[in-house]
Amino acid sequence: MADSTGILAYEVERSVFTASQWRLVWLTFVRHKLAVASAVFLILGYLSSAFADFVAPYPTDFRNDDAPFVPPMRVHLRDTDGRFHRPFVYALELERDPVTLRPRFREVTDRRYPIRFLVQGAEYEMWGLIRSRLHLFGVDEGAYYYLLGTDKQGRDILTRTVFAGRISLTIGLLGVTISFVLAIVFGSISGYFGGVPDMVIQRIIEVLTSLPQLPLWMALAAAIPINWPIERVFFAITVILSLISWPGLAREVRGKVLALRETDYVTAARIDNAGTPRLLFQYLVPGVLSHLIASLTLAIPNMILGETALSFLGVGLRAPAISWGVLLQQAQNIQTVALSPWLMTPVFAVILVILAFNFVGDGLRDAADPYKS
Amino acid sequence: MGAYIARRVMIMLPTLVLISILAFLVIELPPGDYVTSYVQTLMTAGRQVDDALIENIRHAYGLDRPVTVRYFLWISRLVRGDFGFSLFFKASVGEMLALRLPMTFLITLLSLAFSWVVAFPIGVYSAVRQYSFGDYFWTVLGFLGLATPNFLLALVLMFVAARYLNTSVGGLFSPEFESAVFSLGKLWDFLKHVWVPMVVVGTAGTASLIRILRANLLDELKKPYVEMQRAKGVPEGRLIIRYPLRIAVNPFISSIGWILPQFVSGTVITAVVLNLPTAGPLFLQAVRAQDMPLAGAFIMLTGFMTIVGMLVSDIVLAIVDPRIRYG
Repeated sequence: MADSTGILAYEVERSVFTASQWRLVWLTFVRHKLAVASAVFLILGYLSSAFADFVAPYPTDFRNDDAPFVPPMRVHLRDTDGRFHRPFVYALELERDPVTLRPRFREVTDRRYPIRFLVQGAEYEMWGLIRSRLHLFGVDEGAYYYLLGTDKQGRDILTRTVFAGRISLTIGLLGVTISFVLAIVFGSISGYFGGVPDMVIQRIIEVLTSLPQLPLWMALAAAIPINWPIERVFFAITVILSLISWPGLAREVRGKVLALRETDYVTAARIDNAGTPRLLFQYLVPGVLSHLIASLTLAIPNMILGETALSFLGVGLRAPAISWGVLLQQAQNIQTVALSPWLMTPVFAVILVILAFNFVGDGLRDAADPYKS
Repeated sequence: MGAYIARRVMIMLPTLVLISILAFLVIELPPGDYVTSYVQTLMTAGRQVDDALIENIRHAYGLDRPVTVRYFLWISRLVRGDFGFSLFFKASVGEMLALRLPMTFLITLLSLAFSWVVAFPIGVYSAVRQYSFGDYFWTVLGFLGLATPNFLLALVLMFVAARYLNTSVGGLFSPEFESAVFSLGKLWDFLKHVWVPMVVVGTAGTASLIRILRANLLDELKKPYVEMQRAKGVPEGRLIIRYPLRIAVNPFISSIGWILPQFVSGTVITAVVLNLPTAGPLFLQAVRAQDMPLAGAFIMLTGFMTIVGMLVSDIVLAIVDPRIRYG
């Protein structure tokens, strides 16, 4: 018995010794439990926004004129006679508060609507390809289930939050991709060549990091013509966000390239007559990559917050586009916050996603250099 | 020291030039110019606009000259303190900003002070009691502060202030003090209002400050000289304050460099939500109306102030930490 565990330990050890760098990064990363949990959460988040038509109980543009400002609905377990059932809701009837004239809702208790998974609901066409009526959860026809309440137009907030994730989550990824390219190009040029290009690039980076980001973003975003279609505005905002976010990353690439340039393996490659492009892209950039990916992950939340702030201020995306910032625009004044606080629930999506990206980034940063200590 | 400061000021100059180019680009960026939109307003009002008139207006504003010439005209006026004329507010940009920028920077500085005051004890505590409940608690809270959008926190605090503290919401003064001359009562009223933006803007930077202070202090605490003092019987409290803390606190001073731009951004959005008499709401309006002289001047000035802030922090750092060479 003792023998076999000895062999096993040896096998494990040998597999660690001969593992590739990425495998080592992976092994270190999975030890960071919070980071792994956050990564799983993010993957679920991206999946649910990709399959938003299925996950959300209603279509995005679905309005229920009889249900404006419905608070998050109560889920019942006991009916009026005190008997227990599976979780269910009652249909709501709109009435007005005689004094304030605000909408008020009465539960119609003569029929129960159990909350079911995989129900048939409104028809949708996912990605313009798959026609279906299947939704992740919901109630039978005759009642509605608003987990997070509705807005002024009677639109389900949960539905809109899920769909808004499509824009808000991709803006981070897309923006970071652009920043990634810019950071690699400028950072490696700066670090590898030094001299005048380094001087110029460093000054530009200094300026961009010393300027307050939000005002610059606002000024640039405001230059987007109002009559542009949503896709173009979305793309323009992404470009603007990434144009001002790359300098920090580029500086990191430069530092790493500067350090790696003097290492033995790069010298060996140089003696081996490797040309500049080959040195850069086969030897230096891969060496920087693991660190850069960690920093990129930490840069995503900043972009998501940027988009949210811009849209909230009215210079970013505008309705009918839906992003978390656009949704939060409804909660812009103190009355809404006081009377219908549930309009602010999309912010939990923002907070959770940003926390998750921070934790994943933290874990990646610790794992980025598996050879240390 | 004098030579170091002189050198730093010299390095500052090209940075300022780049900032001015950037600010000018922002002004130039929107398609068309002021005259295009002006002519459009005239046309929709049903007036005939002939090309000669358009050319005349263009010429009067100097818009018919090449971009480079216009840049040099703009920058030479700027150096003399003339920021140009706001097209939207029909007022001098310099005067408008002079009214509101001091308040903007007061709030930024107060927020900076707030985040230092909060981050300092927490950072020290988290390092000295690493992995304790308190350490985790403050870490989580700090991360939450980092992840919550500024404007939302502003809304929630405004709600709390109105609902539970009975202070008027928004602005920096109650109506009765709005135009009153300075007095102790007005100061007290100001303090009752200013804590909301101070907390909102300050929270965002606090988390990173705590992390930095904690990490640095942890590094210092592991060093042999600390062990040495402990062996000599120096009480734990004095031991921490005397040397490790003095070194770990340096990043606080250099934090101005990266935290100041962040706070100026935070002030802009918070001011819009809370309707503060700072430059933020003015800037938003300017940006929306494509009133670029005002927007450009704002970017130029905030950039300039941040650069000066960084310079000051570097000089203070050089004085506080004798290990820094004036190289």
